[in-house]
Amino acid sequence: MKAMSEPIRFHFDVDGEDFSSAGGASVIVKKKLRQLGLSPEIIRKVSIAMYEGEINMVIHANGGTADISVDDREITIVLADRGPGIPDIGLAMQEGYSTAKENIRTLGFGAGMGLPNMKKYSDEMQIETEIGVGTTVTMKIRL
Amino acid sequence: MKLSDLEKALSPAVIAAREEDREILGVYAGDLLSRAMSHVREGDLWITIMNNRNVLAVAGLADAAAVLLAEGVTLLPDALEAARDNGIAVYSTDKTVYEVCSLLAGYGV
Repeated sequence: MKAMSEPIRFHFDVDGEDFSSAGGASVIVKKKLRQLGLSPEIIRKVSIAMYEGEINMVIHANGGTADISVDDREITIVLADRGPGIPDIGLAMQEGYSTAKENIRTLGFGAGMGLPNMKKYSDEMQIETEIGVGTTVTMKIRL
Repeated sequence: MKLSDLEKALSPAVIAAREEDREILGVYAGDLLSRAMSHVREGDLWITIMNNRNVLAVAGLADAAAVLLAEGVTLLPDALEAARDNGIAVYSTDKTVYEVCSLLAGYGV
């Protein structure tokens, strides 16, 4: 990959109404990272981490924003929503724990693997959440 | 096994035609999207009974070689559109997931 003096940034507004097209921002980011010539393994990690986060925002928070920046050393994904917040992060991080409603589960979501996958596929993850205010998840994947 | 070999072996209905004759490097069978997202590897054939548009997003992100819908399931209209837009091959068979896996195992996949 060519040396970059300025980070490359992408911004997306994630629509909270439309479950069927959820994941669209992740698909675009994957294409952009391919064009940048990043390794398949890095692209896979970013794709999974971001897709799960994007889906979480659609399912639980009526959408939000996704900001991705790529520099010489790492890819940073910031997902911010104004949803209900996460009451118990420890519980939410447990594999298999899900608060997704039945109509969401019938679409194949609600496996309770969203946050665990985000943690697993990013090198660093930070969650800031406040009940009734929203949640911001920051993930870093090192190059 | 290539996708063309799969077509001969299973005679599945072609829901969205392949753009290239990719090699099937492995198989993942399952329906929960987050599970599939982390277990479908590049070049895998993903066997599922889920038929909505989200399946195509996951298949594309995971770079699956193709999606095979079991038990006679076919894609919903907007999912078919997503398959074509993203160039993802999708097949459908009347066989169950188990029957397809057994058959593919016989071919050494």
